[in-house]
Amino acid sequence: MSAPLSRRGFMGGAASLSSIPLLSHAAQAEPDSRPQKTPDASDPAQYRPTFFNQEEYLFLCHACERIFPQDENGPGAQALGVPRFIDRQMNTPYGFGDLWYMKPPFQEGPPELGYQLPYSPRDLYRGAITPINTHCLMVHDALFAVLPPEQQDAVLRDMESNRLRFNDIPGATFFEQLRTNTLEGAFSDPAYGGNHGMEGWKMMGFPGARADFMDWINQDGAPYPFGPIGMPPRPDPYSPAFQNDEES
Amino acid sequence: MTDDTSRPARPDVLIIGGGWAGSIMAKELTEAGLNVTMLERGHDHSTAVEGTYPASIDELRGVARKRLFQKLSRTSLTIRNRPDQTALPYRQLAAFLPGEGVGGAGLHWSGCHFRATEDDLRLRSVTAERYGENFIPEDMHLQDYGVSYEELEPFFDKAEKVFGTSGEASSVRGQKTGKGNIFAPDRSDHFPLPPMADTFSASVFRAATTDTGYHPFSMPAANASQPYTNPYGCQMGPCNFCGYCSGYACYLYSKASPNVNILPALRRDRRFTLITEAQVLEIMLDDTRKKATGVRYVDLKTRSEKTLEADLVILSAFQLHNVHLMLVSGIGTPYNPVTRTGTIGRNFTYQTITSSRIWLPEDRFTNQFVGAGGAGVAIDDFNQPSFDRGKAGFIGGSPIWVNQSGLKPIAAAQSSGGKEAPRWGSTYKSAMIDQYRHSFAIDAHGSNMAYRDVYLDLDPTWTNAYGQPMLRMTFTWKDNDIRMNQHVVSHIGEIAQAMGATRTSLNSLQPGQSFDSRVYQTTHLNGGVIMGENPKTSALNRYLQSWDVPNLFVIGSSAFPQGMGYNPTGLVAALAYWSAHHIRRTYLRNPGPMVSA
Repeated sequence: MSAPLSRRGFMGGAASLSSIPLLSHAAQAEPDSRPQKTPDASDPAQYRPTFFNQEEYLFLCHACERIFPQDENGPGAQALGVPRFIDRQMNTPYGFGDLWYMKPPFQEGPPELGYQLPYSPRDLYRGAITPINTHCLMVHDALFAVLPPEQQDAVLRDMESNRLRFNDIPGATFFEQLRTNTLEGAFSDPAYGGNHGMEGWKMMGFPGARADFMDWINQDGAPYPFGPIGMPPRPDPYSPAFQNDEES
Repeated sequence: MTDDTSRPARPDVLIIGGGWAGSIMAKELTEAGLNVTMLERGHDHSTAVEGTYPASIDELRGVARKRLFQKLSRTSLTIRNRPDQTALPYRQLAAFLPGEGVGGAGLHWSGCHFRATEDDLRLRSVTAERYGENFIPEDMHLQDYGVSYEELEPFFDKAEKVFGTSGEASSVRGQKTGKGNIFAPDRSDHFPLPPMADTFSASVFRAATTDTGYHPFSMPAANASQPYTNPYGCQMGPCNFCGYCSGYACYLYSKASPNVNILPALRRDRRFTLITEAQVLEIMLDDTRKKATGVRYVDLKTRSEKTLEADLVILSAFQLHNVHLMLVSGIGTPYNPVTRTGTIGRNFTYQTITSSRIWLPEDRFTNQFVGAGGAGVAIDDFNQPSFDRGKAGFIGGSPIWVNQSGLKPIAAAQSSGGKEAPRWGSTYKSAMIDQYRHSFAIDAHGSNMAYRDVYLDLDPTWTNAYGQPMLRMTFTWKDNDIRMNQHVVSHIGEIAQAMGATRTSLNSLQPGQSFDSRVYQTTHLNGGVIMGENPKTSALNRYLQSWDVPNLFVIGSSAFPQGMGYNPTGLVAALAYWSAHHIRRTYLRNPGPMVSA
């Protein structure tokens, strides 16, 4: 299990958002003369969002972290790259709502009859995050991201129980979207941008893409002994490693 | 197989929908020497493409992003619980997951492969015989299929041999084996493959139900327990319990699908033509409205509308789409819940399924990612004929089973928490991980009866991408079925205790609970174009031939008068073989109604 990060450390996802308070220590430091380590491109903290703006992404980093926090079980949403996952998902057909039936008219009904808003996932995030921050500014005089965790949880609880509404987006609708995408990001293949280092799978005891349990159908309650493997990246057949059969 | 451009100008038979039912009918009718054209609205699917490891076992792409399911952006349906509500569109797939593309839902099913019981097929008669006509509620449309188990037995057997089904017979040609489901009716042969192994969870359930006096048996699974070659020469490899059945194309050729078990043979047959991306809009009728002349469809590749003519039309799309196409084609009379007349859309049913959960001590790991879709251990003590419904006060029943089919982490995380427990945060996280490692599910997978005000018709407001009205579903849970589910679930507690559960969470339907379209339950939808003995209360005769249009046969679970406790695919396949047998033996020699109305 990875060493627990400090609260400050795992705010690293916000490192690039220079106009936003609560920056990580590293991002605030002046350049110095010591040799810089090459930044790890796979580090979720290095990610620059392409769909979300800085304020939205900062919200996302903090809200996901409260839904799936760093604790004694292992890393939280930020260290797993969940905000990066969600940002990337916004540029897929799913993000644009192409997987949903989106023909009008749109009409509200009993909850059992399901989602009835004219909004894609992109629209839901774009439509809800700013009003949530406005709500936090009005009630707590601060953006969501800088509230203490207990107050962040209270805002999320008010969303989950539908006590808040953001224009025509019920709080519960947005909360379920956020929870669903957070958990997808924590547990989907790392190639999608979340589940960094397969730490989500390790926490669960899920062996990833092994998909072969011929000898483990019934071991009388013993734990499965092997750690996870990810989706093998597709090799470039013209790469020297492939040509020389050096793949591992 | 001939392709779309070289096909005969006029096939003998048009088949709408390329799932199990359509593929079985295509195989049978090409064997009879007919030229068959099958139209499928989605893409072609094969193990070589959709089943390639590791892309095939990607949970995000698979179940979360609905890779093999119906594309709702083109067409959906509307849903309401009661006739006095406005039905609203099913905008996001959740409660049920129809397929799209060659193989249909038969490509992404689990593989639970049951026969029907003798009672399931003549449920009204046996209920009246045992408990009296007055035992049947006035608003319940309880009906017989018009075909008996004995008549269907050869076709159940044939389907098992084509599917390579793994299981354990109890009674074969009158001989008891001392194994299997002691309540199951007699069979003409054993299963083609021995039963699937028990997962740890299933073995715990088997031991506990034996100790408590129940009668556990290995679930019949169309997942191959050994290598197998079916009568069509199609090969299956042994299942390795990878856990990617439901929602996925099997990468090991271990789960039966039309794509693995039938289409390889059809594709070699010059009499067979497959047209994909062909969305059928209408079954065309002649001026008498008593004869189908062919179909009108949209060629999605060229975005142009086309027609095809044939002598015989087989409608074998998913249950919902069979009903929809009958309604938009104006075949038969739409069901009217006020006058209780008309048959199309009548007797729409679903399945009562509730999942309970037990936790084992922390040194016991259930490894829930291990599994096979059809494998598991079940008891039929609350689904079998002599279980006393008179005393219990309801009609129907429910097997109880541990069917560990391979639980993936996104699904596990999404479904954890709830009721009183938090659904996010640190407490949730700990409980979710504990639940994944040390618990397993026990399901009550039960029947659902048909009711006067539960039905399908056309929606007055919402349309599909082709400008047609969408189907409208009026459905909710009813008292009889809620009480049945509660009765069965109440027995899970004692079984859990015998299993050494440290904690048990029993889940049952609650009085007044509305059907919730947001939560996955099952894709086992039935009825709407049902078979039967009386054209006033059924759309099809006992050979699944339309009473109104005799050169049209409608194959699928749309023919079931009510939902049974078992999964529907085994009965869908047997009914397809039964219908095909009688088309070949009787109809082709003398086309016309096979039963006089």
